[in-house]
Amino acid sequence: MEKPRAVTSAAKAVALVAVVALVMVPFLIVVSTSLADNKDVVANGGWVLWPQHPTLRAYREVFDGGIVGHALWVSAGVTVIGTAVSLACTIGLAYGLSRPDLFGGKPALLLILFTFLFPPGMIPSFLLVKSMHMLGSYDSLIAPVVINVFNLVVLRGFFQSVPNELHEAARLDGASEWRVLWQIVLPLSKAALAVVGLFYAVSYWNAWFAASIYLDSDHWPLQQVLRTYVVGGAQLADTGAGDASQVAAPQTIQMAVLVVAVVPILVVYPFVQKYFTKGVLTGAVKS
Amino acid sequence: MAIAERDATGRTGAAGASEGAQPPSRAARGSRRKRLRRDLALLALMAPGLVYFLVFQYGAMAGNVIAFKDYVPFDGLWASQWVGLQNFHAILVDSAFWHAVVNTLWIALLQLVFYFPVPLALALLLHSLTRTSVQRLVQSVVYLPHFLSWVIVVAVFQQVLGDSGLLNSVLGDAHLHTVDIIGNPTVFKPLVVAQVIWKDTGWGTIIFLAALAQVDEQQYEAAAIDGAGPWRRFWHVTLPAIRPVMVLLLIMRLGDILSVGFEQMLLQRASVGPEAAEIIDTLVWQRGLVEGDYGYAAAAGLFKGVVGAVLVYAANKVAHRLGEQGVYR
Repeated sequence: MEKPRAVTSAAKAVALVAVVALVMVPFLIVVSTSLADNKDVVANGGWVLWPQHPTLRAYREVFDGGIVGHALWVSAGVTVIGTAVSLACTIGLAYGLSRPDLFGGKPALLLILFTFLFPPGMIPSFLLVKSMHMLGSYDSLIAPVVINVFNLVVLRGFFQSVPNELHEAARLDGASEWRVLWQIVLPLSKAALAVVGLFYAVSYWNAWFAASIYLDSDHWPLQQVLRTYVVGGAQLADTGAGDASQVAAPQTIQMAVLVVAVVPILVVYPFVQKYFTKGVLTGAVKS
Repeated sequence: MAIAERDATGRTGAAGASEGAQPPSRAARGSRRKRLRRDLALLALMAPGLVYFLVFQYGAMAGNVIAFKDYVPFDGLWASQWVGLQNFHAILVDSAFWHAVVNTLWIALLQLVFYFPVPLALALLLHSLTRTSVQRLVQSVVYLPHFLSWVIVVAVFQQVLGDSGLLNSVLGDAHLHTVDIIGNPTVFKPLVVAQVIWKDTGWGTIIFLAALAQVDEQQYEAAAIDGAGPWRRFWHVTLPAIRPVMVLLLIMRLGDILSVGFEQMLLQRASVGPEAAEIIDTLVWQRGLVEGDYGYAAAAGLFKGVVGAVLVYAANKVAHRLGEQGVYR
């Protein structure tokens, strides 16, 4: 390779900085506004790039407020339980389907892939959840979406890539299928489990539509609260506000809720990121 | 062997490339009952997942019969009267339905033209970087928006482009005209495409970068020695590597053309009005879950589901024709 010309390098640098800025600046504004105090917000007409007098007041209000604190627990609970249930079911099914010559394996796989091609649809799903008396219960956020076909195919692909010799050797030594899965296959599939686990966790954490049709406001998870008070612009009514100067501007509170919704993803994401390429591609190729 | 194979499963031919040669213990195939007994432990592991698919996928799917009925909640789904294709007739003569179809196709087309090439461009840019540390850093940043919910993305866009958002404050400070972007039906379609670009461009680079990583560095060097300039190297070395991926993604997108961001539209439908934002999915939501006309809504949803499935199937066939892997085998 000859040396790249300076002009090209400069153009690339500008493009990269622009791309990173397009992603980061909106975040920066959201975080800064959530940390700003009233004077800053009013002076700036609603948004702040860099808070002059940073304060955590908005966050205190958010967590004292009741609604957001409760919604946070709901979202966390649904995410943890949902991810655990989803992973367990997906691992079991993917492992069975990854074994050659499984009894009924072919038809089962076809039935499952067909649902990817032809999902049930909004109205039938709603009527099913309703008829199972899940309306108003957190089950409605988990049960209908326990297994994602894409995630299942990713895991199956990984399990298939575990050499069969290992399997056979373990079986000859008298290990049960459970034990082979637990002690040989799963440890070798850590990367895929991390990626699929993250996909599940993010989808539960981010789920909004199901909550909007199945749950009443006492049971709202964080996304539905966000939708109502930030996107929809309703006032957080129960902040127990005293006089106006003591209350953070609604904008700062809205942005604080937004930050609270993003932080968990920011915390988990870096740990799993290095496995993305492997996980996503295995899924894309093996389907 | 061939006879045994037929006896065992009725399966013929090769088991597909992904499944290797049959190991010895599995080659000793017995009767069906023996295989069932042998696999009981595996089937027990699979049971919860299988139950999920039977109940929440196929059980729900059965509910599509409502599209052929006049649903009366009091009578329940099974006791309601059959009305044949009446609901389908209703959607086909309904201008609101066709308006939603046109909106859906229009947004899908805009995404195809304006969003689809962007991840490829960014992937080429990232791939051309000589410093992997910079590449990794940029990748970490641009993947992130993909993991944010549509609720958050819409909120962030409001904060930047809304009435009292960043852009209008800057314009106002400069004594220029402020612009109404959020909540303006005329610019809604470009806005939703911009949102998709912001959210998913980074994530979309993964598959292209992986394809580019397959290219042997020596090919570039050989081409350079043969006197090929950067453009010719791109044309003859880079492009052939990513063409299969491009074809595959394009076909998948075409197969999925009746689905454009449902949550994305639904979240913004109230602020710009159904005229601009109504797609097939939001119409199903409005008619069924809001107005309670389940028969009509289910018929519209089923129409979309069937057409969508046929399109995905056809797209997959085309992919196979072109020698690609396709979505499934």
